[in-house]
Amino acid sequence: MNVGDIQKILKADLICGNEDQLEYEVQTACGSDMMSDVLAFVKNQSVLLTGLNNPQVVRTAEMMDMRCIVFVRGKTPDSSVIELAKDHDIVILRTGLRMFTACGLLYSNGLRGGCEKE
Amino acid sequence: MSESINLKYIVPGDDFTRAGEASGAVKRKLKQLGFNSDVIRKVAIAMYEGEINMVIHAGGGEADVEILPDKIHIILADQGPGIPDISLAMKEGWSTAPDNVRSLGFGAGMGLPNIKKYSDELKIETELGKGTKLFITVNVSN
Ligand SMILES: Nc1ncnc2c1ncn2[C@@H]1O[C@H](COP(=O)(O)OP(=O)(O)OP(=O)(O)O)[C@@H](O)[C@H]1O
Ligand SMILES: [Mg+2]
Repeated sequence: MNVGDIQKILKADLICGNEDQLEYEVQTACGSDMMSDVLAFVKNQSVLLTGLNNPQVVRTAEMMDMRCIVFVRGKTPDSSVIELAKDHDIVILRTGLRMFTACGLLYSNGLRGGCEKE
Repeated sequence: MSESINLKYIVPGDDFTRAGEASGAVKRKLKQLGFNSDVIRKVAIAMYEGEINMVIHAGGGEADVEILPDKIHIILADQGPGIPDISLAMKEGWSTAPDNVRSLGFGAGMGLPNIKKYSDELKIETELGKGTKLFITVNVSN
């Protein structure tokens, strides 16, 4: 699937990102509010779902070459977060869904965790 | 690239939002120099975890990075409280981070184990009341 599919599946708002970026192919995702947990499993994950709202979310995505951050529970990122995401060509989506539901929907549509066990 | 490239960064301890700037800069530099993406990611994550630790546990510090064709050395030095028990600190899940740090998305006790995992060599020098120094090496394999 691509970033645009994620937006549709989660009925998410596009907070930052352009048409081209919606075409980014993504295969794996990771959902957490603890950034070191995210950083512990590098398997070319390209999407980060989180309820955390601060610039370290973008930095974490940056270090892992992720392409899309989804803020769950309707969290609206601060402008500092959005600016940083723009600098690093990272798409930001916002969904009103909670973490469990958002992850479940993406999983049932074929997105995986990217770790061997999953 | 035949000679080494040396980079130095001050990591401010009073601004959590800026933590990771040094690691981000190093990542961009390595990309520009054409290192392969696995190496870049290992360096970026190991250094980022160390940089965050200096900010949340030690009031900031300094980062020295040496880029060689076959390896990358990172030294992270702070003048924080030091680590009383390194083997405990290296355990996955062990953290002394207070609740306010946890609400910022850190304090899972995964940082040092992550650094160990993504580096080829890790040495920690620490003295209580004086500070902590991390020596991280990532080898460049082709
Ligand atoms: N630079 C440092 N100065 C003093 N203490 C440190 C330093 N780095 C780590 N520690 C101590 O070691 C513990 C474990 O560090 P580690 O990075 O693994 O976890 P954390 O920082 O608590 O949480 P996380 O990294 O998952 O966000 C810390 O909780 C802290 O007590
Ligand atoms: Mg840490």
